[in-house]
Amino acid sequence: MSTPLLAVENIGRRFGGFVALEGVTAAFEPNKVTAIIGPNGAGKSTFFNLLSGVLAPSTGAIRFKGRDITGTPQHRFVHLGIARSYQITNIFPELSVHENVRVAAQAFRTRYDIWRNRAAMTELDDSADAALAAVGLVGRRAVTAKFLAHGQQRALEIAIALVADPELLLLDEPTAGMGPEETRDMVALLEKLAADRTILLVEHKMKMILGLSDRILVLHHGRLIADGSPQHIQTDPEVRRVYLGQNDGYA
Amino acid sequence: MTASVHSIAEVMTGPTGHRGWRARLTAWRVPLSILVLCLLPWVLPSQALAVNVLIYGLLAVGYNLLFGYTGMLSFGHAAFFGAGAYAAGLGIGQLGLPWYAAIPFGMLVGGALAFAVGLLSIRTRGIYFSMVTLALAQLVYYAALQSSSITGGENGLRGFTVARIELFGWSVDFLDPVKKYYVLMVFAAVALWLVSRVLASPFGAVIEAIRENETRARACGYDVERTKVMAFTLSGLVCALAGTLFALHLAIVPLDTLSIQTSGMIVMMTLLGGAGSFFGPFVGALAFLLMEDVVALWTPHWQIVVGTVFILFVLFLPKGIWGTLIAWRAGR
Repeated sequence: MSTPLLAVENIGRRFGGFVALEGVTAAFEPNKVTAIIGPNGAGKSTFFNLLSGVLAPSTGAIRFKGRDITGTPQHRFVHLGIARSYQITNIFPELSVHENVRVAAQAFRTRYDIWRNRAAMTELDDSADAALAAVGLVGRRAVTAKFLAHGQQRALEIAIALVADPELLLLDEPTAGMGPEETRDMVALLEKLAADRTILLVEHKMKMILGLSDRILVLHHGRLIADGSPQHIQTDPEVRRVYLGQNDGYA
Repeated sequence: MTASVHSIAEVMTGPTGHRGWRARLTAWRVPLSILVLCLLPWVLPSQALAVNVLIYGLLAVGYNLLFGYTGMLSFGHAAFFGAGAYAAGLGIGQLGLPWYAAIPFGMLVGGALAFAVGLLSIRTRGIYFSMVTLALAQLVYYAALQSSSITGGENGLRGFTVARIELFGWSVDFLDPVKKYYVLMVFAAVALWLVSRVLASPFGAVIEAIRENETRARACGYDVERTKVMAFTLSGLVCALAGTLFALHLAIVPLDTLSIQTSGMIVMMTLLGGAGSFFGPFVGALAFLLMEDVVALWTPHWQIVVGTVFILFVLFLPKGIWGTLIAWRAGR
């Protein structure tokens, strides 16, 4: 096994008396796709928020490329090489598609410069257009982002993350709210990205996960109850009990 | 359905559509503003009104940097306007500063105050942010009211009349309203040029990103808190400059300069003209003061009329005068 890109050691998070996540330990190799699944309230979003610095863990440590990054402020994460998308589309609605990605690209050049003319920084236009090309949105670059179709907004959010050229891409339900056609486009995009990036994603669409992932982590009540290949997870008795048990509850 | 949404979007911002004239307007916004400011004393009913439009317009421009572009609704910007005015007046009257040194001095004091208020207030968001700025500004107001031995308390600050200004061998009669207007206008013009540069800078893109989506801006790698404090301070600096010009113009600083009414008026002017646009604040200040000037001729209760117009704007034209014009032109 190669050196893990990301390793979490016994991380947990509590909100007051409520334990959202507890004792999760896992290591993630480069250039693999790992899906995180689990019933609602399993702690998937909390796990993602810890990995992207939105929340600091109450216990445990997070290592990225061997370096302890626990407690690093959120805005530093993308500079380390960790970018994310959100479950609910998170873009700059009133900016054009191109400006959305351009301002993300600018964070790697300058953040507090109040003097230069940003329009003259044409290399930012090139990076933005390259990221838009990767998600198939170049043709819509001048459109105000809020007017894009839902699936395209999700793709735009991925372009915003991609322009950072992250080593680790965290995608929180990239196909949330998408129809079958949009989902198919997104899966094709993710397969393309998976070639040379490490991807962690939270998803509910099982068929998609099984086809896309190299590995699946299953969370339940804030604990990691299974970790393995898609084949392994499908036959794991504990996972079956959790999902079937939930079905019994609804029946 | 989505197809029609796209076509609307493309009409509004399409590459071949209206980007052209908007880009030209942006490129020429500073010379255009200066041209209008040059003409102002000759087209308005009185020169006194022109000076007020100049000063309050600049004040609203400074406020717009924070409210219109960064998306932070401060209810305490009178504090920086007043701090600039009081510091300039005290600088001339007590410290014996020449008039041209009183301007940077006032900006320094107002800017430092804005930095401090910014640091304290940006920890909160939305209505809580507005309330903290309001409370801190009230603190400044009462401090000025109580320390009457320095500030003159309720009577305002007096005793620093600048009658004549000398610079580079020029001697200008500062009591002549037209000459005074053009001297003050030079400072406003430089400030407008600087604000325009800030808006066109990389930092200008970051504050707009924060206004649009703070969470996303942070995820993009921007230190949102630090950026907000910077925006707050820059905004305070411009408002303090307007304050120093106000002190030089009136030769007294009324206590009202620091009052909650002044803070409210800044918000009203900016909204009336159009928050988040370059010309909006000046248009708003012009509309507000013109209404006051005209309506006050036939009723002392001009605020009822101005207030009603303001409410109508918030309800029916939330983009303000200039913002609505731009949207209308873009939508054609």
